[in-house]
Amino acid sequence: MTSLDFTPDEMMTIAASRMLSNEDVCFVGIGAPSAACNVARLTHAPDITLIYESGTIGTTPDVLPLSIGDGELCETALTTVSVPEMFRYWLQGGRITIGFLGAAQLDKYGNINTTVIGDYHKPTTRLPGGGGAPEIASSSGEIYITMKQSVRGMVEKIDFYTSFGHGDGGDHRQRLGIKTKGPTLLITDLAIWRPNPETKEFVVTSLHPGVTRDDVQKTCGWSVRFADDLETTPNPTDQELQTLRALKERTAAAHSG
Amino acid sequence: MTLFCSLHDAVADNLKDGDTAAFEGFTHLIPHAAAHEAIRQGRKDLTLIRMTPDLIYDQMVGMGMVEKLIFSYVGNPGVGLLRRTRDAIENGWPRTIKIEEHSHAAMANAYEAGASGLPCAVFRGYLGAGLKDVNSNIRSLTCPFTGEELAAVPSIRPDVTFIHAHRADRKGNVLIEGIIGIQKEAVLAANRAVVTVEQIVDDLDTHANACVLPHWSLSAVCEVPGGAHPSYTHGIYDRDNAAYLEWDKISADHDSFLAWMKTNVLDASPEDLEARVSRLRKVK
Repeated sequence: MTSLDFTPDEMMTIAASRMLSNEDVCFVGIGAPSAACNVARLTHAPDITLIYESGTIGTTPDVLPLSIGDGELCETALTTVSVPEMFRYWLQGGRITIGFLGAAQLDKYGNINTTVIGDYHKPTTRLPGGGGAPEIASSSGEIYITMKQSVRGMVEKIDFYTSFGHGDGGDHRQRLGIKTKGPTLLITDLAIWRPNPETKEFVVTSLHPGVTRDDVQKTCGWSVRFADDLETTPNPTDQELQTLRALKERTAAAHSG
Repeated sequence: MTLFCSLHDAVADNLKDGDTAAFEGFTHLIPHAAAHEAIRQGRKDLTLIRMTPDLIYDQMVGMGMVEKLIFSYVGNPGVGLLRRTRDAIENGWPRTIKIEEHSHAAMANAYEAGASGLPCAVFRGYLGAGLKDVNSNIRSLTCPFTGEELAAVPSIRPDVTFIHAHRADRKGNVLIEGIIGIQKEAVLAANRAVVTVEQIVDDLDTHANACVLPHWSLSAVCEVPGGAHPSYTHGIYDRDNAAYLEWDKISADHDSFLAWMKTNVLDASPEDLEARVSRLRKVK
């Protein structure tokens, strides 16, 4: 059974959740990535390993954490390690298959800015900064990114390279000595994007149900390329939607204080 | 030297104007009581270090106590931006502050190097990242064995570290449980270390591999129930998520910020925190 009654936000989370498997060891960013990872765990990938940078490994939260260090993550984890161990052994040591990040600002090569809008030394807006993202981006086997589309968020040139995607495209990562794949997937509220194998520019490979090419271009700050064999993302199933909505309801109830 | 003392005396003895200080905690066990005591005592020109400066550093920055901030994520966890810190960085209110910004991996490595007595930390990091262009303390060195270029940052050696923990025994040995974050490294990297605990007990009642700080590695231990509020102490009381959301509004303008600080910090005492966590306590 599939449903026709869903929001773009729900489609984004569900489309992202489908990209994760039981075998993945996923370093989870807070917000949209966290929702997608937990929907995957509660539907088709019950054995996925979710890791949050607070040191919780193999966590199975019943509600979505408000922060990366909520008690729920520790209570339901296989084990909780110190922060230096997390970054040294598990991330730098090459144990993470997927780093799942959100972005305030993103360019077409998957470079992410969460540091400042404007000049670094005289910012128009000081954002929280990178946290774990700079090394998640270079040490995880590959990177998935999820964000809502907007012309402010998806820009031709980002103001600051918080975490490096494919740089100027092509083999820029290899030239810097980075051995991991970098961004291989972008899931927005409107589409699924994958990098062109040569240029590494994100190309739309699948439009979510009811979304047009024009919708995607109007909410993106760069000139969008579409795959020749453009697909349509399958609608959410009833199970996927019910799982996501129940998770959001439990989360709202738990965090209302 | 008396290990056990009041929080007032621990702060007065161990935190001086101009000090480099770390009040560590990774969402969990944030030493709010100690930071509030430092605010009441009016310390100034501090260099504050923390991976995730949240409400307490926002409050100290807003009160004009901070000359420099060294950090890797300057946000209100799960809520958004830190408005007082933004105001200081963007507009210089109430004073201009210097910032030194790193990644989490860099700071975690730098604390570990500090605890290890090393001058710097070496790790694989900052590849392609913009921070190394704006922070002259992010440098590189070449592995003498493989030739790989690696990132290097100075170790973190605070004058004093403040943390909050579950309990201490009667000798002052301290137990930390749950998300232990960077606290052990932050304590061992510092010249002096002050720990507030929920409870002083006869026996730590723990297992062989628990995170325990021996009393002789600490400068002062203070019993302050609720001392992490609105952060949490795992298994004892929950995180006050509503308070984090509320902070976003309180800190939105100068008047509401200053009024809140007067009522809840300047005119308050460490004993007030116990009441603030009463409704958050875990039912046994």
